[in-house]
Amino acid sequence: MPRKEITSGNWAFAEAMRQINPDVVAAYPITPSTDIIMKFAEFVANGEVDTNFVTVESEHSAITACVTASAAGARVMTASSANGVALMHEVFPIAGCFRTPIVFGLVNRSVGAPINIHCDHSDSMAQRDYGWIHLYCEDAQEVYDSAIMAIRLSENKDILTPVFVCQDGFITSHGFEPVEFLDDDVVKNFVGERNPINPLLDVENPVTYGSFAMSEYYFEIKRQQIEAHKKALVLYDKIAKEFESISGRYYPMIDCYKTEDADFVIVVMSSASGAVKDVVDEMRNKGHKVGCLRVRMFRPFPAEAIAAVLKGKKAIAVLDRCLSIGGTAPLVAEVRSALYAAGDLVPVNSCIYGLGGRDFFPQYAEGIFMDLINGKISHEEHYIGLLE
Amino acid sequence: MSTCKNWKEMKDMGKPKRWQDVPMGGITYGASAENVETGQWRSIRPVWNGEECISCMLCWVQCPDRSITTDENGKVTGIDYFYCKGCGICAQVCPKKAIEMRPESDFA
Repeated sequence: MPRKEITSGNWAFAEAMRQINPDVVAAYPITPSTDIIMKFAEFVANGEVDTNFVTVESEHSAITACVTASAAGARVMTASSANGVALMHEVFPIAGCFRTPIVFGLVNRSVGAPINIHCDHSDSMAQRDYGWIHLYCEDAQEVYDSAIMAIRLSENKDILTPVFVCQDGFITSHGFEPVEFLDDDVVKNFVGERNPINPLLDVENPVTYGSFAMSEYYFEIKRQQIEAHKKALVLYDKIAKEFESISGRYYPMIDCYKTEDADFVIVVMSSASGAVKDVVDEMRNKGHKVGCLRVRMFRPFPAEAIAAVLKGKKAIAVLDRCLSIGGTAPLVAEVRSALYAAGDLVPVNSCIYGLGGRDFFPQYAEGIFMDLINGKISHEEHYIGLLE
Repeated sequence: MSTCKNWKEMKDMGKPKRWQDVPMGGITYGASAENVETGQWRSIRPVWNGEECISCMLCWVQCPDRSITTDENGKVTGIDYFYCKGCGICAQVCPKKAIEMRPESDFA
């Protein structure tokens, strides 16, 4: 019987790790993901998992140990945040290229300086082009469920790509809320055993990872990674539906809330979508046709699905909890590009919000909708909640 | 993705012509170094003198590749120029000075 407990996003991820019982976890704790590794260390100390838990001297070493363990054929998980993620930067493309499955609990936090520790998406977004799959969760339940699904996604023989399971630092990671946990054996059956391809420990069929590929083949190996992401776009939904059959919970790549008949839509990721959905209900009561599109999967980017939902809307606002200083913020850049490719020039407001843990209040969402309704559309970025 | 399972199959297939045929993840299959002619890198060549050689095997132990050839009795029979990169270690360690390093241009 599934059990419901009051827990945090971090503990929910750690509980998924306990049930998955990975072969190797290599980690270096950094706030606010520290709780994940702390809780998991407890499971290790209490003998509740069989995991080889490797405590290392830096995030760079942590992710390196994860890549090599995965190349050896192990099932691997870890967690980190912010500057810890930034220190792993060099190794992420290696994990992507080696096609080493890793499920990574990424608790989104601003990258210093200034040192801040609170939530924004600047840590994971800086890693978006290195071949990892990115899932962004709205709440702790989704974090738990995504960790379990991500094992299947990451280790699928046609995908073989590491996955970030992202949640909002402190807001989701430290907020306590009810989460329904599946039975241990249900999770165990769902994730099954890893069946590695070309593992280093297969001495009958020896392989070398990390050898040179000069200009004659580098491009081709990158093209294979692109193919894996294309496959993930197709295979994701099968895994999500299979997960629904054991849990009753279904997570599509994009979460559309009252978008179908909406004239105005806010596109947003992660926890802020809760406030936006609330405002959608309130404004609908006042007669405004508004909706919310939450992008759950950012890599691979479901461009066609998003363009199909936004087709024919009067105006939309895209909310980024991240900057690209001197350029266009990541989510709005993707959404605009998806609309352009679909030949649909819906007016778009680009809104930056919540940097460094700045609160996102429901009245902000209402203001953003009212700008769309009143035709206040401009190409400059709008800064939500900035002192000005 | 690439369908070959090991170096042998890879070799039979020849050089990959399409991106799909390149081994996934940039891996290389085991024992592929056997087929790489590192002897092409050589600029100086060890010349073995069988009359001086006492088969002490110091060169065989020290050779960083697999370039010292032996017979079924474990005696040194010469140098495998397919692999030998011309590093000269064998000549350095030889107690009988039975290996002489000579420029490749002498053999052109």
